[in-house]
Amino acid sequence: MTTKQSGTYFPAGVVEEFLPRIGRVVEIKDHQLAVFRASDGTIFAADNHTPHPKGGPLAEGIVSGHYLYDPLYDWKIDLTTGLVQAPDNGQVQMYPVKVENGQVWIEI
Amino acid sequence: MNGKKENLIIIGNGMAGISTVEQILKLTTRFDITVFGTEPYPNYNRIMLSYVLEGSKTLDDIVLNDLHWYEDYGITLHTGTTVTRIDAETHEVVTEDGTRVPYDKIIIATGSNSFILPVPGHDKEGVVGFRDIADCNVMLEAAKQYKRAAVIGGGLLGLEAAKGLVQLGMEVTVVHLMEDLMERQLDPQASAMLKAELERQGIRFKMGAQTSELLGGERVEGIRFADDTVLNVDFVVMAVGIKPNTAVARESGMEVNRGIVVNDYMQTSLENVYSVGECTEHRGVCYGLVAPLFEQGMILAKHICGVETAPYEGSVVSTKLKISGVDVFSTGEFIDSPEHTVISHKDDWKRTYKKILLRDNKMVGAVLFGDITDSAELQKLIKQQTEMTEELYGSLMGTGCGGHKKTTSVETMAEDEIVCGCNGVTKGTIVDVITNQGLTSVDEIKACTGATRSCGGCKPVVEQILQYVLGDSFSTGAKQGICGCTSMGRDEIVAEIRANGLQTTKEVMNVLGWSQPEGCSKCRPAINYYLGMIAPDTHEDEKESRFVNERMNANIQKDGTYTVVPRMYGGVTTPADLKRIADVSVKYDVKAVKVTGGQRLDLIGVKKEDLTKVWAELDMPSGYAYAKSLRTVKTCVGSQFCRFGTQDSMAMGARIERKFERLDLPAKFKYAVNGCPRNCAEACTKDIGIVGNDGGWEIFIGGNGGIKARLADSLCKVKTDEELIELCGAIMQYYRETGNYLERTSEWVERMGLEHIRSVVVDNLEERKALMQRIEFALEHVEEPWQKAIRNEEGQSKMFHGIEVSARP
Repeated sequence: MTTKQSGTYFPAGVVEEFLPRIGRVVEIKDHQLAVFRASDGTIFAADNHTPHPKGGPLAEGIVSGHYLYDPLYDWKIDLTTGLVQAPDNGQVQMYPVKVENGQVWIEI
Repeated sequence: MNGKKENLIIIGNGMAGISTVEQILKLTTRFDITVFGTEPYPNYNRIMLSYVLEGSKTLDDIVLNDLHWYEDYGITLHTGTTVTRIDAETHEVVTEDGTRVPYDKIIIATGSNSFILPVPGHDKEGVVGFRDIADCNVMLEAAKQYKRAAVIGGGLLGLEAAKGLVQLGMEVTVVHLMEDLMERQLDPQASAMLKAELERQGIRFKMGAQTSELLGGERVEGIRFADDTVLNVDFVVMAVGIKPNTAVARESGMEVNRGIVVNDYMQTSLENVYSVGECTEHRGVCYGLVAPLFEQGMILAKHICGVETAPYEGSVVSTKLKISGVDVFSTGEFIDSPEHTVISHKDDWKRTYKKILLRDNKMVGAVLFGDITDSAELQKLIKQQTEMTEELYGSLMGTGCGGHKKTTSVETMAEDEIVCGCNGVTKGTIVDVITNQGLTSVDEIKACTGATRSCGGCKPVVEQILQYVLGDSFSTGAKQGICGCTSMGRDEIVAEIRANGLQTTKEVMNVLGWSQPEGCSKCRPAINYYLGMIAPDTHEDEKESRFVNERMNANIQKDGTYTVVPRMYGGVTTPADLKRIADVSVKYDVKAVKVTGGQRLDLIGVKKEDLTKVWAELDMPSGYAYAKSLRTVKTCVGSQFCRFGTQDSMAMGARIERKFERLDLPAKFKYAVNGCPRNCAEACTKDIGIVGNDGGWEIFIGGNGGIKARLADSLCKVKTDEELIELCGAIMQYYRETGNYLERTSEWVERMGLEHIRSVVVDNLEERKALMQRIEFALEHVEEPWQKAIRNEEGQSKMFHGIEVSARP
């Protein structure tokens, strides 16, 4: 789920600043993102807020392939779409990412 | 994955083809799939036609994959289209109107057709087979207009058709060539009982009757038999058998006997062309039942996706008659011969019959009539060619005492064994939805997996699985996969790690064939623990496989801030330490300071980026309040100050805490040490509780004051402090080596048995020493995590600090 983007990409550091499968918080303007580097090198940027009604961050979740397990409530989230997997429901706002020459760009 | 997709064409839009597609979709996305079906419907459940006829189901009820399903998976579906030929030269399939579609791989799943007896008059109006929705509709229409029907064929299909027509109000005679009904599935005894039962339900029979001609004008009016007798009817259903639909294979010059000939991987004589289901002949056998199709489909799916799979070696077929109120079941070999040992029991009053056939004392077949509760168990025992034993005999033939407890057969069922033959649902899938989605009823399982959705024959087995998973035996976890990613249990995995020297979670999951290559939040932390327990000196702990609290060495709160809990050995601190805690709490604006249940202080509400600074300024070791490790050793005042104290509990508590801290354990671990039997530190609710007395210590284990409260059991008494430490070490190490990840000692003690634990750590001095040596070795390799994080500048910043991007792109 990506809302209407401004089309503006912001530089969010180089790939090496993100440990494989360990999320990191990135703040851009007034957005707090959780950025994940999957084993295959894909970088995902999610809104760092769980869709779970109790709230909480996502950055500290366990990453498996292109899925994330919510650190507080163990919901399984597809990082490619932001969709929460059955039996739970919900969606995380995902932001487009591009990597050029090792530099990570996130579109806000 | 961005390469060009391969074109996979499925010829036949029925159960065998589509269930194979479903299996393929679970494994890969590399195919563009096109399905051709002659019938104008999406995939429906042919087995359920009997129920449609009966009126208990509608056509909509029996659709397995509606049109949306094909859309959702991007599958191109051509209904009402027959593929006539495969052109191997040009790599195209050719449809009846001459359209050509290119293929890389083909699966033929054309099923079979009703076998219509080639007698004079077989083509008259009012003569149908019983095979598809169209036949079913003709029968429903006929029942509205006509009264007298005959079903030719007293097999499974014929009897179900007859019962359906009786339900629709027709007078039905079953015409059967042989003297026994269902002679291909039942022995004469069971056949006779079945016939009697069906006669009670209003079906008439003409046995040993050979049809020679169908009489009438345009429409059928009667049947003439070989003995010249005539039966007047105005509707005839032919249910004498099915024949594999091999037209497309013959037309394409493939090797065909009775069915399309395949090898053990379902490959036909034509390269890149496979065949599955009733149209197929494997090792000389064509199957006409549903279960083998799923077994074939699973193997074919794996093979076509390049996944390692065992070959298909044929199926032990079982039969269950789907007529309400008539329970018939048979599996394997069922006709007595001189080489069989026969165990049978017939009860005319209860109208039940049970027969088990043995060859060389191995179970090879069975027949049940009237009471089929043992069907699942027998099916499994026969599949595995189990040896007959006194105990088994007692449980199967009911000669044991009344209280004989049956062992559940589902426990030993393989994970990939198909429970629901109609929908191809395995035991593993059912166990998975019960454990991972918390399903608790057959209806929920039906909605989620489709099991029991069709004929309902597998309902008892699904119930058994439910009982087994949710019952007491489930917590033993011996036969369960540790999570949905694997069917392997804890012991199996640990053994494999040891045997193959596996070193990382990825390696374990790769070598042991996990369904999710990087596991899930259940197995990743577990495997990481097992690896560290097995090789404390060489295992590199995987931060990325740790739960958030252990990854950060602090407890996360719901707002994303953390709680910091420094060690206070034995629950004792100093004024200087307290002052420092207060100063740091003020400086970092800690939201709350709380006294914990374990005699230390919670600093609640520390920001993630302040964690390392807080630790550095506290300059105290981590209290591991977040870990599956030794948390706290609670103590009473003890002999230093207490007038009742017989032992120095504060000192012993601190000593134990210093000795065993920082070591990974299967779950959190709490101690209490008391200076006298007044037990002020509450030893009865701790993993290890220690009570001092005038002359030594008493050790209690397996206590828990949490969600599942349990009082600790007294394990033993010891005389010296050294012996106490050694026993504590041996208990903890034995728990480390045998505990399931996340299993508290309260569960562990019940699973292992107190006596057993005692025999290992108390009675067996040699084993106790060895356990102590192993825990000492593991303790040599632990490191203070807060200090480590403070030292590791770079890693720390990536772990604890975010990145702030200036607002300019």
